[in-house]
Amino acid sequence: MSLSSDKSPTPAQPGTVNPQPRRWRRPPLIRNPLLRWAVVTGSIIYFYFAFTTMGIDPARIAQGIPRGWEFLKGFFWPDFWTRRSDIAEGVIESLSMTLISTAIGVVLCIPLAIGAARNIAHPVIYAICRAIIAITRTFPEVMIAIFFVIMFGFGPFAGIVTLVIATIGFLGKLLAEEIEACSMDQIEAIRATGASTPKVIIFGLVPQIFPRLVGLSMYRLDINFRESAIIGVVGAGGIGATLNTTFDRYEFSSAAAILLIIIGIVLLAENVSSYIRQKLI
Amino acid sequence: MLDIKDLHKSYSTDVEVLCGITMTLKSGEFLTVIGPSGAGKSTFLRCINGLVDSTRGSCRLKGEEILGLNGTALRRVRRRIGMIFQSHALVDRLTVMENLLSGRLGYTNFWSSWIRRFPQEEVTRAFDLLERVGLEGYEDRRADQLSGGQRQRVGIARALLQRPELLLVDEPTASLDPKTSRQIMRLLRELARENNLAVIANLHDVALAKMFSDRIIGLSDGRIVFEGKPDELEDEILSTIYGEEDWSAA
Repeated sequence: MSLSSDKSPTPAQPGTVNPQPRRWRRPPLIRNPLLRWAVVTGSIIYFYFAFTTMGIDPARIAQGIPRGWEFLKGFFWPDFWTRRSDIAEGVIESLSMTLISTAIGVVLCIPLAIGAARNIAHPVIYAICRAIIAITRTFPEVMIAIFFVIMFGFGPFAGIVTLVIATIGFLGKLLAEEIEACSMDQIEAIRATGASTPKVIIFGLVPQIFPRLVGLSMYRLDINFRESAIIGVVGAGGIGATLNTTFDRYEFSSAAAILLIIIGIVLLAENVSSYIRQKLI
Repeated sequence: MLDIKDLHKSYSTDVEVLCGITMTLKSGEFLTVIGPSGAGKSTFLRCINGLVDSTRGSCRLKGEEILGLNGTALRRVRRRIGMIFQSHALVDRLTVMENLLSGRLGYTNFWSSWIRRFPQEEVTRAFDLLERVGLEGYEDRRADQLSGGQRQRVGIARALLQRPELLLVDEPTASLDPKTSRQIMRLLRELARENNLAVIANLHDVALAKMFSDRIIGLSDGRIVFEGKPDELEDEILSTIYGEEDWSAA
């Protein structure tokens, strides 16, 4: 033991300490000290006011815990039966809203995506299509739904229009990116045969983006189903409307049943879509 | 049959890729263009069928000016010019037969091509061509399941199904092994002779060019620096085309 310690490198001798020990600190993220302190104190002040103005009421929380527990208990004893006809109606309505809006959205998004692909579209068309996509993606679904509920009245039609718009924005953007990543060799080869642009698209482009189109459409199908539950809350029909009613009546067991059904359908959709993609790709 | 005069192409204002190409091609002639990468070989071919717009110059196919066309007129000219690319220019996710029949797209209306209804006469010819290039029974394979040589055979058949008057061939043997390369070149020359087709082929491989062509053009920095019979292509000339190199040294 003493041997090994003898062989270890000798520690700095006491008494020969460097007059100026060389220290190092990681340079601060914000170099200017004045700005740095301003940011720190500013943040602290902001958080203080943010918390105090949120109106956190401990009494209300204490009161709400049993209610929250009631809600959770609903999940252990979900009640599919009492509201069975409402639930069935809501689920069927949501499913048809989902299918219709996804189908229409997919059809509409294809020309839009082609127009929004930089490598094949004319710059003017590109700008227009990108603008349409940007606008449809700017507004949250719930806002669009409220707008259409005001315009068309309560019910699934407002929901369908909302979902179509959301689908176009989503698929249009992702598909356009897919088109931009296509192999230009294949497109050029078809163009060289004297094919017109629509034929070049059908023969040279569509085969390349087809698997992605199928995959994205299936994905959008289950997003649309979940979304239909949310926009139903603002009156756009479907299972969301039923869900909202059960909440209003404090029927948490029925609400739980509806949520479980939504989860089940989304899982099912996931399986079906991966099966279909495997078959097609 | 093809008469090109003073063909220029520049992608940006100051860099010229083609600086005045002048050449003629007789019908039934097999012409090879050799030259280093970046000499403008691909651009040259693409200017002829308008996949790339030339800057100025003239190109007459059987007396008819074909440069500067667009829209329907351009597509009508493209139907008369078959093009064969490097072997990966098949549409991967289409079947062999669909790839072949795409050679008829210039003559088929949009809806028929969408639902893949091509005239029976063309389908029959497609089967004949498939047999001719040695791919009998492959019609329903997907293009991405074929080997490099097989893909190139499909590419050749696709171009021939167009019944072209002129065949443009861009690096047909790139990414193929030497034996397959020879087979593909032999097939190309045979088919060109059978159909009395004029061919312009870009080749990397000088040995292949000497073996299979009637005439060779050497392109360097966008200019024709050599034109002659295959046996006139000597080492000094290779140096003017490709730059200084000891061509016999290991």
